[in-house]
Amino acid sequence: MASSTRVTFPNKFLPYLLLAPQLAITAIFFYWPASQAIYQSVLREDPFGLSTQFVGLDNFRRVLGDPNYLNSLQVTVIFSVATALIAMALALLLAVMADKVIRGKGIYRTLLIWPYAVAPAIAGMLWLFLFNPSMGTLAYLFRSTGYNWDPLLNGDQAMVLIVSAAAWKQISYNFLFFVAGLQSIPKSLIEAAAIDGAGETKRFWTIVFPLLAPTTFFLLVVNTVYAFFDTFGIIHAVTGGGPGKATETLVYKVYNDGFVNLILGDSAAQSVILMIIVIGLTAIQFRYVERKVHYG
Amino acid sequence: MIQNNPVGRLIAHVILIIGILIVAFPIYYTFVASTQTLQEILRPPLSLLPGGHFWENYSAALFGGVGRIGGVGVDRLLFNTLVMALGIAIGKICISILSAYAIVFFRFPGRMVFFWLIFITLMLPVEVRILPTYKIMVDLGLIDTYTGLILPLMASATATLLFRQFFMTIPGELVEAARVDGAGPWRFFKDILLPLSKTNIAALFVILFIYGWTQYLWPLLMTNRNDMSTIVIGLRKMISFADADTEWHLVMVTCILAILPPIVVVVLMQRWFVRGLVETEK
Repeated sequence: MASSTRVTFPNKFLPYLLLAPQLAITAIFFYWPASQAIYQSVLREDPFGLSTQFVGLDNFRRVLGDPNYLNSLQVTVIFSVATALIAMALALLLAVMADKVIRGKGIYRTLLIWPYAVAPAIAGMLWLFLFNPSMGTLAYLFRSTGYNWDPLLNGDQAMVLIVSAAAWKQISYNFLFFVAGLQSIPKSLIEAAAIDGAGETKRFWTIVFPLLAPTTFFLLVVNTVYAFFDTFGIIHAVTGGGPGKATETLVYKVYNDGFVNLILGDSAAQSVILMIIVIGLTAIQFRYVERKVHYG
Repeated sequence: MIQNNPVGRLIAHVILIIGILIVAFPIYYTFVASTQTLQEILRPPLSLLPGGHFWENYSAALFGGVGRIGGVGVDRLLFNTLVMALGIAIGKICISILSAYAIVFFRFPGRMVFFWLIFITLMLPVEVRILPTYKIMVDLGLIDTYTGLILPLMASATATLLFRQFFMTIPGELVEAARVDGAGPWRFFKDILLPLSKTNIAALFVILFIYGWTQYLWPLLMTNRNDMSTIVIGLRKMISFADADTEWHLVMVTCILAILPPIVVVVLMQRWFVRGLVETEK
């Protein structure tokens, strides 16, 4: 490692002092609760905390055998895949177009990035205003064509609504990364292909798209993490997991079981399962970073 | 050379404009709705042009005390959110620049252990430890306080990693030169490192400000009292009532007020923000 030859300051005490604030916060608000979650996941406790009992992996067995949990796992997968695919496909299309135009690039970028600043919960509300069956203008248009639109009663339509809101919010983020990715592709490669007679579509699929693979893969992981965790606000504000349990994602269920239904052991077991999912996703993401270093 | 294709470029412009319309429409629609009366909003379809009640609605929301949010005015909610966003952004930058400084410019026992302890927190988002963290906040008496809203979100592995990465690119000769000239660790930090990190700090500030402003789950758990709520949570409470008695025109105004500050920050600091975002995450 190059850093072992770094010039440093000889000081025994100061570095600990500099690290202290971050470590203190990390210990109190990250490690302690995380270890509590793991500890509670092997306990069975009544909601009032009067009696506690060690139950081993029982909580996990019950959670994983619970049809409601499997349902919310399925909801999460559908929601995440749909959100990631839509947000990335639209962003890629817009980025490729923005790469082509010569005039107005900056203006287009400015006008495309602002949803990044909108809170997910508010993104959900904006879409709810538009598609609310009682006063939304777009819902009104849907209905006037005879389509029976009511996301508050129909689970599939509720899913469409939250996916739209979640994807809409994420387009700007993906757009910025695709633009950066496109700029790093050497123009000479594309020109060479053009001289060899490859048309625009062919150039895109055989040169540009494969060279964008690192960016695409990175965004896939980021979008999945986003859809898993950051969209809690959208679901809480728009559907509340309903109708029925049609939009109850894993994170929403942890919250609901822990805070609303007070099933502590199950909620803790779900937290631990989520932790394992995040660790998996982060590991994938960092493997990719390593690879990228090698291939430049 | 790639053939100059005006038709292709025209199509590109058209697609971009359609994209912008889709991206901007929900925000524009809300703005239009925020300038209408309640009756107009409740009778779709809404006109596509702003109505004539801009001042009326905005002053009602800002100064008329929107009683809907448990008797707390929008100004108070905006203030709370601003405190939270600034607190998180500034706090995070301060503690992570210090810890990155320690890890890169000092050699001491346990250095790599501490680095990994910070790094692993990337894998522990609030969502996976909701209940136990809540319990700690209750035990420490931090519910309904600014400290409770800000402090736990201040530890961030990403900011520390970014500063570490940047510090490692600073040539050792610079440190050596500073030491030869008799500069101590504090002097070096203040006069050399901080000025060099300016761009990174600006970029992180934008990203973290937005992160803080758009928080949802955390303030939802941390605040019971309405006067400690953030604007996003307040908005959620406004629309959670039955459709019949919701003052939608004021909800729309509140919505616009809630999204305006972070949008202004992003658009004005676009240059740093874009660079910071693309570089931080890579």
